[in-house]
Amino acid sequence: MTNNELLSIILAAITALVSGVVGSFALMRKMALAGDALSHVALPGIGVALIYSLNPAIGGGLALLVGAILIWKIERVTNLNTEAIIGVLFAVSLAAGGLLIESEHELEEALFGGVATVTVNEFIAGVAVAVLSLWFLLRNRHALVLSLISKDLAKTAGVKTETQQLYFLLIFSITVILGLKFLGVLLMGSLIIIPAATARNVTQTLSGMLATASCTALIAVLGGFAARALVETALGPSIISIAGLMFFISLLARRA
Amino acid sequence: MDKSSNKKVLEVKNLFVRFGDDLIIDNLSFDVAKGEHLTIIGPNGSGKTTLFRALIDTIPHQGEVIWALDTIIGYIPQKLDIERNVPLSLYDFLQSKNSGLKGIGDGEIKDCLKLVNLPEDILGKPLGALSGGQFQRALVTFALIGSPTVLLFDEPTAGIDQPSEEQIYDTLHRLQDERGVTIITISHDLSLVHRHAHKVLCLNRRKICYGLPEEVLDKQTLSRLYGTEHHKFFHHIHDK
Repeated sequence: MTNNELLSIILAAITALVSGVVGSFALMRKMALAGDALSHVALPGIGVALIYSLNPAIGGGLALLVGAILIWKIERVTNLNTEAIIGVLFAVSLAAGGLLIESEHELEEALFGGVATVTVNEFIAGVAVAVLSLWFLLRNRHALVLSLISKDLAKTAGVKTETQQLYFLLIFSITVILGLKFLGVLLMGSLIIIPAATARNVTQTLSGMLATASCTALIAVLGGFAARALVETALGPSIISIAGLMFFISLLARRA
Repeated sequence: MDKSSNKKVLEVKNLFVRFGDDLIIDNLSFDVAKGEHLTIIGPNGSGKTTLFRALIDTIPHQGEVIWALDTIIGYIPQKLDIERNVPLSLYDFLQSKNSGLKGIGDGEIKDCLKLVNLPEDILGKPLGALSGGQFQRALVTFALIGSPTVLLFDEPTAGIDQPSEEQIYDTLHRLQDERGVTIITISHDLSLVHRHAHKVLCLNRRKICYGLPEEVLDKQTLSRLYGTEHHKFFHHIHDK
């Protein structure tokens, strides 16, 4: 194993921990489908980055951040729910990305990921962003919980729900960017949602949910890298298949 | 009750709330003094909960809602639409108030639980596993955290049994006596108005009456507020 491969596994593992936490809040905010679809908004940005020979992660990341702000703004102005807005943006983004990315190989990589090495610079930037995201989510967990329970209660407790929603969408987008290389736009949303859905089947408290979702995501990611090394399966599909398997097992243990 | 200073805690002037073309609250003005208990009554759809939401500024409105500067509001909604399988314990829910009011300790949470007679050992229970009465009292506990100066109760005792209802009103009276807390409640139960409220506001999209219950709640007012069927109830509560 090269040093870069090791860095890649460490970054993927940290991304998994963040994914579990982000997914838990996304699920509680009833953003499961929307969250999964939001990651697709990166595709046109990746397309544009490839045309101008830039790092696809930068293009995808910018597209996601713009998408998140757009979703937040449309939601405020039109009172449509997040799910409806992301549903439309998802389809349009996928179509635009398909048009912009001409090479079939690059399109496949953008959709399914599979890149198992990162540069030192990508590693440092990725770890810094992941740790900051995790710190923000844990520090704001009470506000995030309260704003999903009731806007009225949040208001009387001094929580600005709209600001919380914007921050959350931005952190969600950042998490997607972190995992794009490994999982691509089609599968990264799943690493956020499936571990959280698994955790919800077996836990009843916030801390239990956050810890179980993060551990599930971590096991899926490490399992995916192991499967790739041992039986040479594709990285992204392996990770999500393991996460999916854990979800079905959790159904058996589901609390009444 | 400390009403000696007669300091206004809340002043509402010419309040209008519209949902599209529908005028829900029509030019409402009233005020509430420190330590006072105001009860808002009115039929379903008369704008009572909407008024509360305008008071806490979570819906667009016109007119003035002026709270005293040192006001801390504790709000108890009529109900909360929480999924039964949401992975949150009662402790998680109560701790979430920590987001706006930093430094809420377990001691304060336990003190507030005692005020509403909830045992400490249910703190670890999932929200979805609480009974209707326990959940209602959990909402009251949430409102009491952070030492509010004003409590807004939307149907505070709906869905709970008589002894629990008395307990909650005893708690309210104690908070008024000991801390000078101001209380604004919405109620459907006219007997509660006579037993507990200092003032009453009759609301049916606009102000029908406002003042001391014994002075303003007469047959004609209740007819205008609810329709004729409440005459019997009015006699009933006064015959007691």
